[in-house]
Amino acid sequence: MLHIKCPHCGIRSQNEFSYGGDATIKRPELGKEISDQDWDNFVYNRKSLRGKHWELWQHLSGCRQWIKVQRDTATHEIFKTLKANEEIS
Amino acid sequence: MQKYSVFSLVKNAISNHQNWDLAWKDPTPKKEYDVVIIGGGGHGLATAYYLAKEHNITNVAIIEKGWIGGGNVGRNTTIIRSNYMHDDNALFSEFGMDLWRRMSQDLNYNVMFSPRGIINLAHSDAQMNTYARRGNSMRLNGIDAVLLNREEVKEIIPMADFSENVRFPIFGGLMQPSAGTARHDAVAWGYARQADDMGVDIIQNCEVIGFDVSAGKINGVRTSRGDIKAKKIGLCVAGSTNILAEKLNMTLPIETHLLQACVSEPVKPVLDKVVTFGAGHFYISQSDKGEMVMGGDLDGYNSYAQRGNLPTLQHVLTEGIAMMPFLSKLKMLRTWGGIMDMSMDGSPIIDKTHIEGLYLNCGWCYGGFKATPASGWTFAHTIAQDRVHELNAGYSLNRFNTGHLLDEKGLGTKTWIS
Repeated sequence: MLHIKCPHCGIRSQNEFSYGGDATIKRPELGKEISDQDWDNFVYNRKSLRGKHWELWQHLSGCRQWIKVQRDTATHEIFKTLKANEEIS
Repeated sequence: MQKYSVFSLVKNAISNHQNWDLAWKDPTPKKEYDVVIIGGGGHGLATAYYLAKEHNITNVAIIEKGWIGGGNVGRNTTIIRSNYMHDDNALFSEFGMDLWRRMSQDLNYNVMFSPRGIINLAHSDAQMNTYARRGNSMRLNGIDAVLLNREEVKEIIPMADFSENVRFPIFGGLMQPSAGTARHDAVAWGYARQADDMGVDIIQNCEVIGFDVSAGKINGVRTSRGDIKAKKIGLCVAGSTNILAEKLNMTLPIETHLLQACVSEPVKPVLDKVVTFGAGHFYISQSDKGEMVMGGDLDGYNSYAQRGNLPTLQHVLTEGIAMMPFLSKLKMLRTWGGIMDMSMDGSPIIDKTHIEGLYLNCGWCYGGFKATPASGWTFAHTIAQDRVHELNAGYSLNRFNTGHLLDEKGLGTKTWIS
């Protein structure tokens, strides 16, 4: 079982969370010229890295906040967690 | 090649089975091939077989990082079906059903194809309506489909929970009588043995390190056992597609996820159909050895670990017990995991790419095993003719760009939510 440290609530079990996918994907900016390829990259294309991966989780059965988690997709080790509004450094 | 038959069995029994030929060789890679297939799983082996058989291209190598048949073709729950609603999926899968029916004879290898039928259970009136619609679509495409009411389902699977006060009562189900199961390892080994016999080199323990691409054309592949030149390369590595795509500077509409399955201790014959739970994601069949073979949801987060976590397994088996309460009495024998290419619309990709000579076969989600023969057949055609066949025209890579999605389940881009 994964144990995820929610930045708001502390260490909680995986059962309390739901997954939200790649946290590094940015929506194309409004008011700019956006190509089909930009939309494609935003909506569909994913690197799906093997190794360290920044991803979104929601503490659904807890504080209900979205958080960012850096996790190894091969070993499931969790390195860091951030609040949703904190930038990935 | 030694033909497998009752006579060869008797003959070899006399010599204590010491003189069987090797089923396939262990060649050293040559410097150059006409076609290199990356990935020695079911789809890769089938592709090589159909390249040789249908297109007379035998100067082919399959390169495999580990051992053949060690990935998802050896890890699935062996279900074979074509109960799809959309034409592209239905026609492709039904073409595959024909190949399945002939496979044991074609390959001279008993793949133990068992068309025992699959029943998707419905738990509401609305679900019965959608099943009726899907069943009608299937029949229009020449696929057998039977809509069953509650009593008819009870006749076939009396061990399911038909009591009055259950959370998800069984309203009926949609059955495809010609669906079934097969011995998954035999499929990989059968294709390997025949491909090898026709001159294909099966190169195991050979990892792809990089690609040789220049001026938009593929020239070869760099491996842990040396460089191999080829004008045509087919990628057939579901589960590791993103890793190889990165080496090609490609970003694909695929996330890699983990799916678990499990078997119980063997018990006497109780279930002679494949049954799926309609109020969640759970499916079950009984193997010839008597084990109950079960699977369900993805673990739900990107993963390359070929092992899973218990919360998902517990969740999946809770659904199983809700459907068939007797399962709670069984002991679990084994659980395991495999890694899936989850495409963004739930349908696969078999297509050319923007790199000339590089062909892509990926995105099989949970449904790769049943597609093995049809995937190999159409991928071989795509590689040999350098154009897609009408059967895999819908599985194009650019459908995400053009909006022609094949969203069979209507899950959108979050196929891993299920």
